Amino acid sequence: MTGARTAHPMAALASLWRLVVLGLVFLLGIWASASGTLTAMMAYREDIAFLTVQHLELVAISGAIAIVTGIPIGILLARRSLGMFGPVLAQIINLGTTIPTLAILALAMTVLGLGAPPAIFGLAVLTLLPVVLNTVSGLRSVPPALIEAARGMGMTPAQILFQVEIPNALFVMAAGIRTALAINVGTVPLAFLIGGGGLGELIFTGIDLMDTGLLLAGAIPTAMLAVIVDFVAGQLQFWLVPRGVNPLR
Amino acid sequence: MIRLKNLTKIYGGTTAVDNVSMEVGAGEVCVLLGPSGCGKTTTMKMINRLIEPSGGRIFIDGKDVTEVNPVELRRSIGYVIQQIGLFPNKTVEDNICVVPDMLGHDRKASRRRAAELLEMVNLEPAAYAKRYPKELSGGQQQRVGVIRALAADPPVLLMDEPFGAIDPINREVIQDEFMKLQAAMKKTVIFVSHDIDEAVKMASRIAIFRSGRLVQYDTPDNLLAHPIDSFVADFVGQDRTLKRLRLIAVREAMTPNPPSVAADDSVETAISRMESHGHASVVMVGPHGKVLGFVRLEALRGKRGKVGEHYEKLTSVVRSDDNLRNAVSQMFSNDQSWLACVDADGLYEGYITQRGITHLLGATYRDK
Repeated sequence: MTGARTAHPMAALASLWRLVVLGLVFLLGIWASASGTLTAMMAYREDIAFLTVQHLELVAISGAIAIVTGIPIGILLARRSLGMFGPVLAQIINLGTTIPTLAILALAMTVLGLGAPPAIFGLAVLTLLPVVLNTVSGLRSVPPALIEAARGMGMTPAQILFQVEIPNALFVMAAGIRTALAINVGTVPLAFLIGGGGLGELIFTGIDLMDTGLLLAGAIPTAMLAVIVDFVAGQLQFWLVPRGVNPLR
Repeated sequence: MIRLKNLTKIYGGTTAVDNVSMEVGAGEVCVLLGPSGCGKTTTMKMINRLIEPSGGRIFIDGKDVTEVNPVELRRSIGYVIQQIGLFPNKTVEDNICVVPDMLGHDRKASRRRAAELLEMVNLEPAAYAKRYPKELSGGQQQRVGVIRALAADPPVLLMDEPFGAIDPINREVIQDEFMKLQAAMKKTVIFVSHDIDEAVKMASRIAIFRSGRLVQYDTPDNLLAHPIDSFVADFVGQDRTLKRLRLIAVREAMTPNPPSVAADDSVETAISRMESHGHASVVMVGPHGKVLGFVRLEALRGKRGKVGEHYEKLTSVVRSDDNLRNAVSQMFSNDQSWLACVDADGLYEGYITQRGITHLLGATYRDK
């Protein structure tokens, strides 16, 4: 085997997917401008700009909270010293993924009231799950031989964690963060329902008023944001995960 | 150098290692050999305290290992495992320098050392130092695994079936490379294996384990010639005497100062020389003593002239520093009962015969 890099099948699939999405966006654009919806949308451009920023703030804050808390929780759950306790906890968290988003937001609202804080809390909880689960499964999938070699060479448990376990779990962990962010961006519109703001304001108001232009003024930027955030996260995953442990490179 | 004293490991109710005592001298390669589950790996892992003993003591250089911090202890002992365990996130060079880096050695110096070590196992440093493990073949990875254990120059090396997962052709090559490294570095090596051929090839001493007990601890030749019981005899194989061939140099079975003839000797000289030695053939050498061919007594009868006009080509000769296994293999493949032995320059040194070899191998039984 030499250093020749063959394209990963997943990478091919991803680029195909990207093409399909671009094509759909293009068709949507043609339809939008032909039907006059685009002009209708443009009337809301100031709202769109303001709410997009708000939307991104919600994503950034809740995503950051989820990553910062999710990774340590995942590391803790993956410790072999936890014995059976780790997998059991991970299963409980797994159950958490079945709770509907709206239910989480509603629960957050009953505790924290209306506004951005409950929205951020709800989004963070939602985003936490994939981060934790992927951190656990990434760390669990590090081959035991690596850990044995590391111990045999005299690494301390901390050195094993930071030099061996985390670097080799990084790709799976990054995939979790990417999934989390995609879910997050797509869910932020619901934050409007508990007064959290964001592009959901245009979507839900559009629905209530049966105003397609208003509705699309919220929906299209939301969809575009989701694609862009996923693209950026994918690029970060590709370039930040070192070549030796990155199956895409 | 390494001394085990009544070493015991008990898991629950089962005794994995049972009262093992042995000593390995500095610079020796000690192969722990036995079927799986015999306690050989557990014994090895107790030396660097990956497994804590239930009883008994281990001394390295007279120092009890339980009195050393296990992390420091392990950094002072090289460790190679069958699954190799190179860190995929680190380059080859950084993998090799893991222990030197932990010990705080100068980075430049240890990278230089890594390059030297790569060269010693025939991996061009310029091409391989910056690669990642996944860009190497299995054999190349294990070469790196071995030199990684040597990077901080530890006096002791523990190897857990290091070449077990490598294909047979590469395994031979890597074994040879390791023997060369070992000849240069003279580490004290504990080597776990289940392969008797590998053990015979590498070991200064072999320790045979069976259900946690050390059954026989001996030099390879003694082990093969005198297995202590039927278990050991079965384990080393029915062809154990054939395995001894590899341990003996051709020189030991060789008859030195052989008669020879030159190309311009007369046929009569050759005949009388063969008759006086009782040989049916004699080797013809060049002016400096290089082997050129041979003449047979039978073929020369009734002929006249010079030896050079009647000689026949030798199908094969053997180096006197080669082992008997290769020599016998050549004899068999060429249907010959004798072989001419030459030194490194191809000069005629002596000859070996099948009879001489069987006599030599049998000597250990006659003396008893």
